[in-house]
Amino acid sequence: MIPRHLVIAMSILLVAVLGLSLYAWHIRKSAAVTPVVSDTRPLAPPIAGPTERVTLYVAHDEDGSLRAESALIPLASGRQQRAEELLRALLSLYLDKSSPHVLDSGADIRSVFLVDPGVAVIDVNSAFADTHRSGVLVEELTVTSLIHTISTNTPGLLKVKILVDGKERDTLAGHADLSSFYDVTTVNQLAAQLQPTQ
Amino acid sequence: MRLTSKRGSAGVPPAGRTPIIRPWIVITISAALACAVLVAGAPSDKHLAVYSVAANYSLPLVQREGRPYVGLLEVLEPLGKVSAKSEAKSWRLRYNNVEGDFQVGKARARVQGRDADLGGKFLVENDRGLVPVGSLPSLLPRFLGGPVTLHEDSSRLFIGSVATHFTATLSGDNPPRLVFHFSAPVNPMIATEPGALRMTFSREPVVAPASPTLTFGNKTIPSAIYSESNGAAVVTVNAAIPVIASFSNDGRTVTISATSASAAAQNATQATPAAAGSAPGTRQSIPAASTNPPAAAPTVARRYFAVVDASHGGDDHGETLSNTLFEKDVTVALARSLRQELESRGIPTLVLRDSDANLSVDQRAIFTNADRAAIYIAVHAASNGHGVRVYTAMLPFGGDDRGAFRAWSTAQHASLPQSQSTASAVAAEFQRRQVPVRILTAPLRPLNNVTGPAIAIEVAPQGSDSSQLTAPDYQQLVTSAVATAIAASRDQLGAGR
Repeated sequence: MIPRHLVIAMSILLVAVLGLSLYAWHIRKSAAVTPVVSDTRPLAPPIAGPTERVTLYVAHDEDGSLRAESALIPLASGRQQRAEELLRALLSLYLDKSSPHVLDSGADIRSVFLVDPGVAVIDVNSAFADTHRSGVLVEELTVTSLIHTISTNTPGLLKVKILVDGKERDTLAGHADLSSFYDVTTVNQLAAQLQPTQ
Repeated sequence: MRLTSKRGSAGVPPAGRTPIIRPWIVITISAALACAVLVAGAPSDKHLAVYSVAANYSLPLVQREGRPYVGLLEVLEPLGKVSAKSEAKSWRLRYNNVEGDFQVGKARARVQGRDADLGGKFLVENDRGLVPVGSLPSLLPRFLGGPVTLHEDSSRLFIGSVATHFTATLSGDNPPRLVFHFSAPVNPMIATEPGALRMTFSREPVVAPASPTLTFGNKTIPSAIYSESNGAAVVTVNAAIPVIASFSNDGRTVTISATSASAAAQNATQATPAAAGSAPGTRQSIPAASTNPPAAAPTVARRYFAVVDASHGGDDHGETLSNTLFEKDVTVALARSLRQELESRGIPTLVLRDSDANLSVDQRAIFTNADRAAIYIAVHAASNGHGVRVYTAMLPFGGDDRGAFRAWSTAQHASLPQSQSTASAVAAEFQRRQVPVRILTAPLRPLNNVTGPAIAIEVAPQGSDSSQLTAPDYQQLVTSAVATAIAASRDQLGAGR
């Protein structure tokens, strides 16, 4: 004869086990059913070590202007790494949905190459170009922002080429020409034209 | 504990990994199989083009029983009053006063009490009565009372005498011109490629001439070939040099002529050293001889003072301004309006793209340079921003001129000051009319490839509503401002070329 209190205790334990099992099954099922929304935005590197203050030139669609903004980036070991950090910091601004010049979440800077004398090659991923909004002004704001930011912070640059997924492309999104090297001097003149009117 | 364990294995929902994953594997495999079946059974994008006096339209075809089928109700709907009723295996159709009775799975139907052979089973899917396309020439005359012709291989159906015929004659000019005369106005999509110009007639009931291959015994334009496929007729003109199509006689005449550029380019090829002709960066989409613009082509007379370029076109839609509006459609409307405004001020104007044609930026620059136009105006439209932006070229780095030949990427260099003063004049006119305006440089081809003064305008709505771009009054406000400024600068521009 099993004592009554033991039966009650066993019953309670059995109900608890059943309940917890059902709950665990439900949780796992929900986790499996809920699609994992992958955030493809590049992560801004944690600024744990030494940093430096740089100037980014940020495009603003509202008035079609380019405005200087101060930012902190990790202190890089070389010119090339520094140039990549600069553009990644700029891109992270554009990937924010409240950005004044929003780029699609998949956009990324693959790499930046600095080749002497005075040549920079910016390689963006295909999502950067494929999802970019089309229009003369909106495209040239992006191009000018990238080139003016890198050239202002990297002395000695003369010309800049933009590649998409490592390959040459005719235009960014139907307008801004990517087939030639950009002349840094003329881009900086355009950047001056794009300064906000006081 | 034994009791718990037993219950757990029998009645408790599985909490371990294996029992949970197994159903997911089954679901995933089932989903993959379902997708594969769906994809394999996805309808083809074949269409039946129907031409009639009442309307020209296109209907999707479905593949059943190993042959193409089409919805009978859909074929007759645009032509008159039609209704259908489905009862069990019977499907009744009434078109005006003619009744037809179709039985599912039977190859014969009764129309006005008489048997009609369908040449295949009649099918009903979602209350839609489907008949084999091959049965239409015998079936439709019973309903319509007139002749019906089917081009089965190309899925083109002609109801009544609607066919558009054409003739082609080659003029003896040098360079020669190929003139097509059509029996009704046409508006084909035009695409060019090295050695050929293709006219695709998807909306017009164009039919073949006596022979599908027309030969002209000429080296420059040796032949033209007529073909049909998937609801469209295509006329391909083979040419040894770049050619352009122009329309006249209310769209009944299409003239294929060699561009002035091609003649100039041929001369340039003969004069240019081989090294220059094979310079890096030469594009394959146009003849190599055309990529380096001839700097000295004084023999080519200017035919047009202004060249207006409706940007984008064909496969290149430009910006999608709204769900139903592409930039390429707005630019062609603005370009036509600008031509009207300029010509009303006595300025001969060429619109480079006056239809939905594919034109590369190189071709646009070549045509403009060959005509030695006094001003090139590219027209763009945008939903972003307000008012109008006026652009001049932002020249790329480098550009090594070779002797008398200018580098293609910086061909604009010598004319840039004149372009900038023209842009200023245009902007001043916009300001005078209180339209928001900015002047900027832009890395926008083909501005840098044009040898003469060249500007681009990007028209945005004054507010946030993109539909303003299609408003005739706004378009005229913009184009009349540009035309007024160009007319005021005419002496300066003309003197420079």
